Amino acid sequence: MSERSERTGGAAVQPYRREGATGKTLRFRFDGREYAGLEGDTLASALLANGVRAVASSIKLGRPRGVYAAGSEEPNALVQIEEPFPEPMLTATTVELYDGLVATGLPGQGRLADRPDPARYDAVHAHCDVLVVGAGPAGIAAAGVAARAGARVILADERPEPGGSLLGTAETLDGAPGREWAAGEAAALAALPEVRVLRRTTVLGHYDDNYVIAVERRTNHLGAQAPADVARERVWRIRARRVVLATGGHERFVAFAGNDLPGVMLAGAARTYANHYRVLPGSRAVVFTTNDSAYAAALDLARAGVEIAAIADVRHAPGETWVARCAERGIEVLTGHVVTAVKGEGEVSSVEVAPRPEAQGSGGQAREIPADLLLVSGGWTPVVHLFSQAGGTLRYDEELGAFTPGETRQAVEAAGFARGVRTLRECLEDGAEAGRRALAGAGLTAPPEIDVPAAEEEPAAAPAEHVWLVESGDYGTHFVDLQRDVTVAEVLRATGAGLSSVEHVKRYTTAGTAHDQGKTSGLLTGGVVAHALGVDVAELGTTTFRAPYTPVSFAALAGRDRGPLHDPVRVTALHEWHVARGALFENVGQWKRPWYYPQQGEGPGEDMEAAVLRECRAAREDVAAMDASTLGKIDVVGPDAAVLLDRLYTNMMSTLKVGSIRYGVMCRPDGMVFDDGTVIRLADDRFLVTTTTGNAAAVLDWMEEWLQTEWPDLRVHCTSVTEQWATVALVGPRSREVLARLAPGLAVDNDSFPFMTWRDAEVAGIEARVCRISFSGELAYEINVSSWYGLALWEAVMASGEVTPYGTETMHVLRAEKGFPIVGQDTDGTVTPQDLGMEWIVSKKKADFVGKRSFARADTSRPDRKHLVGLLPEDPGVLLPEGAHLVDTSALPEPPVPTLGFVTSSYRSAALGRTFALALVSGGRERIGERLYAPVGADLVPVTVTSHVLYDPEGARRDG
Amino acid sequence: MLLIPCPWCGPRDEAEFHYGGQAHVAYPEDPAALSDEEWARYLFFRDNPKGLFAERWSHTAGCRRWFNAVRDTATNEIHAVYRAGEPRPVIA
Amino acid sequence: MVEPAAVSMAERRSPAAAFAARFEAASAGGGLRLAEIPFLSQINLRVDPKSPAAERIGTAMGVPLPMEPGTAAGGGDLEVLWLGPDEWLVVGPDGAAPGLVERLAEAAAGEHVSVVDVSAQRTALVVAGERARDVLAHGCVLDLHPRVFGPGRVAQTTLARAGVVLVAGEDGFRLLVRSSFAAYVAEWLLDASVEYVTSPAGEADPA
Ligand SMILES: [Zn+2]
Repeated sequence: MSERSERTGGAAVQPYRREGATGKTLRFRFDGREYAGLEGDTLASALLANGVRAVASSIKLGRPRGVYAAGSEEPNALVQIEEPFPEPMLTATTVELYDGLVATGLPGQGRLADRPDPARYDAVHAHCDVLVVGAGPAGIAAAGVAARAGARVILADERPEPGGSLLGTAETLDGAPGREWAAGEAAALAALPEVRVLRRTTVLGHYDDNYVIAVERRTNHLGAQAPADVARERVWRIRARRVVLATGGHERFVAFAGNDLPGVMLAGAARTYANHYRVLPGSRAVVFTTNDSAYAAALDLARAGVEIAAIADVRHAPGETWVARCAERGIEVLTGHVVTAVKGEGEVSSVEVAPRPEAQGSGGQAREIPADLLLVSGGWTPVVHLFSQAGGTLRYDEELGAFTPGETRQAVEAAGFARGVRTLRECLEDGAEAGRRALAGAGLTAPPEIDVPAAEEEPAAAPAEHVWLVESGDYGTHFVDLQRDVTVAEVLRATGAGLSSVEHVKRYTTAGTAHDQGKTSGLLTGGVVAHALGVDVAELGTTTFRAPYTPVSFAALAGRDRGPLHDPVRVTALHEWHVARGALFENVGQWKRPWYYPQQGEGPGEDMEAAVLRECRAAREDVAAMDASTLGKIDVVGPDAAVLLDRLYTNMMSTLKVGSIRYGVMCRPDGMVFDDGTVIRLADDRFLVTTTTGNAAAVLDWMEEWLQTEWPDLRVHCTSVTEQWATVALVGPRSREVLARLAPGLAVDNDSFPFMTWRDAEVAGIEARVCRISFSGELAYEINVSSWYGLALWEAVMASGEVTPYGTETMHVLRAEKGFPIVGQDTDGTVTPQDLGMEWIVSKKKADFVGKRSFARADTSRPDRKHLVGLLPEDPGVLLPEGAHLVDTSALPEPPVPTLGFVTSSYRSAALGRTFALALVSGGRERIGERLYAPVGADLVPVTVTSHVLYDPEGARRDG
Repeated sequence: MLLIPCPWCGPRDEAEFHYGGQAHVAYPEDPAALSDEEWARYLFFRDNPKGLFAERWSHTAGCRRWFNAVRDTATNEIHAVYRAGEPRPVIA
Repeated sequence: MVEPAAVSMAERRSPAAAFAARFEAASAGGGLRLAEIPFLSQINLRVDPKSPAAERIGTAMGVPLPMEPGTAAGGGDLEVLWLGPDEWLVVGPDGAAPGLVERLAEAAAGEHVSVVDVSAQRTALVVAGERARDVLAHGCVLDLHPRVFGPGRVAQTTLARAGVVLVAGEDGFRLLVRSSFAAYVAEWLLDASVEYVTSPAGEADPA
């Protein structure tokens, strides 16, 4: 006890802090109480320094739980940060302490923040010759060799400082503390121009072709001092030519009665707290081990001031050097012993040890030893998660009692303890060799000789004995998964139910499915299953390792892809005008299109219904304009351009005259409508094809696909010009008059400029191509100018104040009144041109075109196919919801209800003075005049089936 | 995220590509001459092997070229890429 | 078809015009320069690389078409970017497009060549300065290391979620961005630049 601090007074007392520990004092709150810790602490080490044993409680049983480990493998100490910003489900062992931290222990699950996260998050792509995961001795050695030979190296480690196992063991290298060696090496590497050393960076996932995802925690440890403009967490997306996994190992525990009581801790973790954090995890300890490693821990703790009451070793022959060293310090070693019970109210107060059942009768007796600490080592498990994720196989190492990396087809290898290499000296050499091999794999020259620092001589090791559980009549508190509260009793229930695969036992018991994904318990669970079934752990295998290695915040994964940057917003050259005019916008694919323009003025704003009726009236009775720039536009050039278009459109395009325009429909080979638009013939060998807004890229890709893969003999080139042009649709009986004024040089009379023709002209002083096409049935023009001049043209159109701007909603109403379908709204990939009532657009003359053969299939000529028809609700004020189904009975039968089809478009029409809809209805054209019903909520709304063309069916309005 | 070697641009991330399904399924010479069943076979039926598979990819975010790749569907390993129109290479 | 643009007296507006002031502010620290180069002439050229027309076009421009994928060739005030095995983008100064179209069509001399004025289809954004690579690495998956993607390299790829033509120059990068995506890319660049605006040298390392 000599070294323990005896300082008293105020919150600064840290009764379990070792004497001589230095650093800035940090204040924090945990579970409502004030504490002090030191700079460099984790929340776990600070709590231990203050003698806080119970940190959290278990999820199912509500049992108190303490700190069990000293890193990201922690199964128990789940906490929630409350201030400065709420963050749930963190392990106290990885939360770096900062001044002002407020945290609470969790009962297995946390609470999401109830306010938006103010922090920034980002992502970065990185490339390297060699990625080294883990900055322990092997990782630093590997990175050093690769980096000094000139390779581009990334060295990533999840902890705040490099050193890995050296931080906990306090071993020396070249006579200096390992921690100093690691810090010096990492600094030297970071100074090289092609090297990046990433601290606080956890590699989460290892995917195909060495694509590796890591998360760097950049400002989490700064608390309220974190700069607002620095991304808090950063996702690294790394493509590495070679990967070296120097990920070390996790100590595992043993299943025995009461192995979850606060005060039970992994031996290596206790060693880390004493050596690295200068904290004593208790006063008097019993050590329970299956291998030599716990002896080093016990001796370090004894030197630090923890009384080691006894070491219970399951083996009869521990390492002789270790036993001798214990004898020197007066530590009793009980060979062939196990821990049979842990006693205490809420934390350990005594430990019962006894000879192993098979050794009973050899003289030993059960003993109860007073202690506040029980250190456990069930052996060490190489961290093979990433190797396995990368597609590597695993093989069982009998000596280690764990799985180690086997074969892999990716350019990845493990180094150091991650592949089962035991001693520090061997790990350094193994890392250096891995670095050398990585260089060769990346096509770089490795140095002929590699120096590794000298490590202390380690005692000859005695073999470990792989004991998974202490046998007992009651397995109710023999925990295998502390976080999921899974005990040996539950594993036995699973095997007793006939489950013989670890994957099945995992799903049956939930062992290994918590935040820690079984880092300390996965192998133990397998060991217990193997024990129960009487099979080898080796043949049982492991459960699948999946990303992420440790939990990752959604905010980090989202990065800057949130808010306005979540998905690209595409805008036209006129966008600023629409915004200034107060338009509401509709998302069409990634485009923002003006939806409608509420009229500005005194009083309450115009609602959508009033605005759309007004805009529709303007288009039908006066003159209105719409930004049509989003339509896809493709320049199709070449001697065979007409041949290509004849093959892709259902109708004939080769007969189109230069100067003219034709509407066309494209189908997939299965005969279903894919897109529609207009084709403008600019010259014998040149066309301009327009597509729907959402399909611009798909149609260009479609053309390229056929040209490149099926018809490479056709001499045609296609080029997207969608954004080259801004397009203004000028619509309505007075559109000719407005155009004439804007384009005094253009003959606009019907004979000079007939329907479905185009003219080049100067409009408002801007070079333009004017097309006489109409998507509303009214006299209309589409004026195309370079998009640089789009705004100027639009402002000129709007200048006189007589042209009403209209949005997509009005456009939809106008076209629906005319029965013009919208691909993707009135079609869904199962609709043929004939279904749309467009038999006329399917050429009978062409020998073939894409889709033609399918029109001869029995399926496309079924009489009960769904046809596009109009619907008139019997109550002219009732607006049907789009998507509503249709039945022909006035009372709904029992489900499943046979439905005849559904509403695809539904609007209020100013021109018709009522509501109407378009629908796809089975045998619809044969039902014109029939009454159908649309179930809407509890009601059946009666509707009458009509032709889909409801306005101006004779087409009298298009010439003005 | 696969690294797919575009025959023109070199290795690029999978996200730059579009998948085009089984390669070497030619558009029939004369669709009108096919029975409904033969036409349906062209439209709807594709192989789905475990192992080597010749398939089409388009480097849509890059050079916009279609090409073919022989990929092992079990391991995602790409054994060869070759340009449209070229014969499928023999993989040992 | 009369090529639009050059003759008009009406006012032009470039796709990222609204960002000029914010680009300037982000460039004030010295480590990074963001700017739009508006109204460049851009001609999309498609021609069989092995045809006599391809050679004649190179001669007519004074710049042979770069045949190596992912490279650019420059000469005079023109730059020719490889976009695909039979596709190039010819970039020239403001106002050059009508003349270029004419010259290229003439050089084609009736052979199957596609020459399309796409000057307004994309705008050019400059990302230059010593932090340019850092900024782009936030959204560009390509390896932009100078040994891999140095001056003279061109790639069609994506930046964040937008397609771009990325051109490496001596002093930084140019992004040719579809006009409708220009505002998105500009906003994204400004956001990705936040850590680099005030710290011209050294990683913005919080620790
Ligand atoms: Zn490519």
